[in-house]
Amino acid sequence: MKRVALWAPLAIFALVFVVVISGLVKPGETVVRSAMVGKPVPDFALPAMVPGKPGLSAATFRQGQPRLLNVFASWCVPCIAEAPQLLRLKAAGVPIDAIAVRDTGTAIAGFLARNGDPYARIGSDSASRVQMALGSSGVPETFVVDGRGIVVKQIIGDIRPEQVDEIVQAVRAAR
Amino acid sequence: MRGRVLTALLLVAAPATAQPVTPPAPYANVQLADPAKEASAKALMETLRCLVCQGQSIADSDADMAADMRALVRERIDKGEAPASIRAWLVSRYGDYVTYDPPLSALTWPLWLAPIALLLAGIWVARSSFRRRAR
Repeated sequence: MKRVALWAPLAIFALVFVVVISGLVKPGETVVRSAMVGKPVPDFALPAMVPGKPGLSAATFRQGQPRLLNVFASWCVPCIAEAPQLLRLKAAGVPIDAIAVRDTGTAIAGFLARNGDPYARIGSDSASRVQMALGSSGVPETFVVDGRGIVVKQIIGDIRPEQVDEIVQAVRAAR
Repeated sequence: MRGRVLTALLLVAAPATAQPVTPPAPYANVQLADPAKEASAKALMETLRCLVCQGQSIADSDADMAADMRALVRERIDKGEAPASIRAWLVSRYGDYVTYDPPLSALTWPLWLAPIALLLAGIWVARSSFRRRAR
């Protein structure tokens, strides 16, 4: 009994040491995943902000066709990096709608002129409310929504070229 | 000459900022008029995690996302919503990670039971050592 008690502090220290080192060697994921995956798109209606392009409401996602919902902003640098991939997705026949977080119509029009325009609709989320309702914690993020309006997948950060095929497949599978 | 051109270019260049182009929502940095409501909003904000600066609460953070979350909390408190229901709404969006006051679940029970277990172990150690001394 006494012998065991003698070794106990060292054993506890070793345990703490292993926990700390494993945290240093392999840090945990720093992204926050949305808890809305698997749930219906929350009800929302956002006004239009660019001439000739309608605003966006939750009803758009319940029309029987899977779509992408892209959360972006003109002031977001990785959104520029992601733009070519969104154009490729559009070319592949994937419908893309967007909410623009805390942005202005002129800034968005400039962004689309510079980086291309893959969007069918853009809604203005002036106080990040819809972004929060979707469980998105930054820009850019992209949600795959199936034809019944259920969120099936969340892509955090800019879409990389190698992710395009996977997303096309996810959209086709969401039919 | 070259230096002058460079300086001129630097002056003309627009800084590449990753900041929203719109001002923060009302109530992001403005307190509620009712002190009781503001106190309950502040207490809630101190227990909600800023999602982009993950070591801070939204009450402490200067991040734009935190400002938007503060505005959301204050507006909902102002409308009479209970803090617990606002927390539940955020947890349904971001998971338990968003709250610094995690609910008791299969994953978090050690967090809640460890202090009690350690206290009991301490009492046991103290008791046996006091007994030895008394003898």
